[in-house]
Amino acid sequence: MTETIDPNEPLLRVADLTVEFPTDDGVVHAVRDLSFDLKPREVLGVVGESGSGKSVSSMAILGLLPRSARISGSISYRGQELNGLSYNEMRKFRGNSVSMIFQDPMTSLNPVFTVGAQLSEAYLEHHKVSKKAAWAKAVEALEQVGIPQPDRRAKQYPHEFSGGMRQRVVIAMAIINDPDVIIADEPTTALDVTVQAQILETLLRIRDDTNAAIIMITHDLGVVAGMVDKVQVMYAGTVVEAGTVDDVFDAPRMPYTVGLLGSNPDPSLIGQKLTPISGAPPSLVNLPTGCAFSPRCPLVAPVCHESEPDLLEIGGAVVHHSRCHRWNDLAGYEDPKKLFARKEIGAEEPLAALLIDNPEVVVEEHLADSGDKKEAAS
Amino acid sequence: MSTGTETRPASGDAGTTGTPLLQVKDLFKSFPVRGGGIIPRTVGQVQAVHGVSFDLAAGETLGLVGESGSGKSTTGRAILQLHKPTSGSVKFEGRELTTMHSKELQAMRRDLQIVFQDPYASLDPRWQVNDIIAEPLRIHRFGSAETIQQRINQLMEIVGLNPEHRNRYAHEFSGGQRQRIGIARALALNPKFVVLDEPVSALDVSVQAGVVNLLGELQQELNLAYLFVAHDLSVVRHLSHRVAVMYLGSLIEVGPREQIYSKPMHPYTQALLSAVPVPDPKRERERQRSRIVLTGDVPSPVNPPSGCRFRTRCWKAQDVCATEVPELKRRGDSELLSACHFAEEMHVA
Repeated sequence: MTETIDPNEPLLRVADLTVEFPTDDGVVHAVRDLSFDLKPREVLGVVGESGSGKSVSSMAILGLLPRSARISGSISYRGQELNGLSYNEMRKFRGNSVSMIFQDPMTSLNPVFTVGAQLSEAYLEHHKVSKKAAWAKAVEALEQVGIPQPDRRAKQYPHEFSGGMRQRVVIAMAIINDPDVIIADEPTTALDVTVQAQILETLLRIRDDTNAAIIMITHDLGVVAGMVDKVQVMYAGTVVEAGTVDDVFDAPRMPYTVGLLGSNPDPSLIGQKLTPISGAPPSLVNLPTGCAFSPRCPLVAPVCHESEPDLLEIGGAVVHHSRCHRWNDLAGYEDPKKLFARKEIGAEEPLAALLIDNPEVVVEEHLADSGDKKEAAS
Repeated sequence: MSTGTETRPASGDAGTTGTPLLQVKDLFKSFPVRGGGIIPRTVGQVQAVHGVSFDLAAGETLGLVGESGSGKSTTGRAILQLHKPTSGSVKFEGRELTTMHSKELQAMRRDLQIVFQDPYASLDPRWQVNDIIAEPLRIHRFGSAETIQQRINQLMEIVGLNPEHRNRYAHEFSGGQRQRIGIARALALNPKFVVLDEPVSALDVSVQAGVVNLLGELQQELNLAYLFVAHDLSVVRHLSHRVAVMYLGSLIEVGPREQIYSKPMHPYTQALLSAVPVPDPKRERERQRSRIVLTGDVPSPVNPPSGCRFRTRCWKAQDVCATEVPELKRRGDSELLSACHFAEEMHVA
């Protein structure tokens, strides 16, 4: 952090990253052709549903994937290639240059060591200082993430902390070595909204204090809308849309993004139906031919089954990318969310007609009259 | 579909007769805290539900929101007598449930159903979907095997599952489909009231929206009353007619959806609403500037603060809050019932 950084030079450059896991059932294509740049102070949001490859790509950056994973492409941190480094060679970077905040603060802390001991261990890994100095640094880090009475709290065990406080400890551990890049993998998913607000505020304050870049992995579009600069929407292991958060949210140019936005209950849509995406995400072993989203896409055309579209530049103030053959057609719809509208109840007939009670079951008295009426009517 | 002649009217009668479908009054539920040692003694009480009262009409949805540990789920289960309430009264169509004999209660359960949060844990992995949905039908002697089979097919169709998949096991379905199985099971006996205990929080957004729509459509068609328990305020807003906000076992604000969301009176409701991130970059940035960020965590329900339970995190707290429990009543000219000495209307963006 001490050396001067050109703010326009990317800290982290990921190019054509592909991760595959060979299994008995076939090869799992967990991440396909992922590319992005990350500049200092930048907050990149990665959104997608479970199984879209969000977490696997960040594990690949940190070199935390099991040996069975086949990783190709390039991950360069300040010009140095990280892909291909051994586990031990990676230790120099992990936690020091690139660090990670995990989703579940329950499982990412060791229950049998005090919080202070775990934090100082992380610091000693990368610094040749005395244990005492490391402890002082641990207390400082706890203070930085807003834990009251940090010197007393450092002597406590994780179970003595509440969920929100524990997540702060995990954040303290991620920032104790002053990393340039912080990867936050669903950091607030396990927390209540009031605590989530505190944690997000803490993260942004740390970004301002340390100039670190943040990769924010989440499925919560609200979190993304509030705190990121750029956003990547992932589907079936690859980026399907990327751009500034305003471009992507205001003018989505990929039907999946439209469906994702329409699935979120928004106050302006009260009284209307949500517009969910039908079907389920594809199996990563057996991807559909052509566009991976084509089986669920309301705009699907023959070309979509033939070839997977490239991530095309489609303009925008910065650069807006979309992986869709029909992005231009999508632009023609005034309310593209309507494309996804459909009825959820599977039965065709009106439900009231289907609800015929069985005579053997006791029927409440007050229902008897209306039953008679119905009979008389028919 | 079946040979029966009795039809349940889609419009429902209970709402028109004047008495609400469900009346909950002063519901209390506490759980003992046992100490260690060879002979564990009760060393305290977790006051999970502390004096909750509300009414619910037929065909109405009451959203019950609050943070984890606020007693939302326990309230839902205490109403259904799945947890025996410590004290208080629960009346369904005017009949008291808390003192009812188990035989009678079992018969009542036709009308009272629940959909659980975790679709992975609430379905037996060794049972076929057929058996899962048939269980309530068999227990309540719905009819012959053939009638039950017909009913199962019908239910699967209603919730958007393919009846041909009835011989599959739960693990062969995705999360959203499993939740649909849970809904089909709850609907099997044509209930009037369903507790939805965080029905969509385990699901991905796009799948969640489908289940939310399904629940809304079912309510319209079947005139169901829902107690919708959730921590996700946007989903609650989408489905509820009225919303009750819970904090540490007590209701702190109740009222029509629009008022709760646009002009909340209670500081906690205001903080809760302002903390919810909205998926709209411009509005969200604006909201962030005026966001009320509460400090600290929810206090322990074993040892709740005296007076107003929210006072330890409240920026309006004064001496009176520590000594006097604020009553849940109308304050000012708001339509809301608020339990705060200093309730004041505030616009939350």
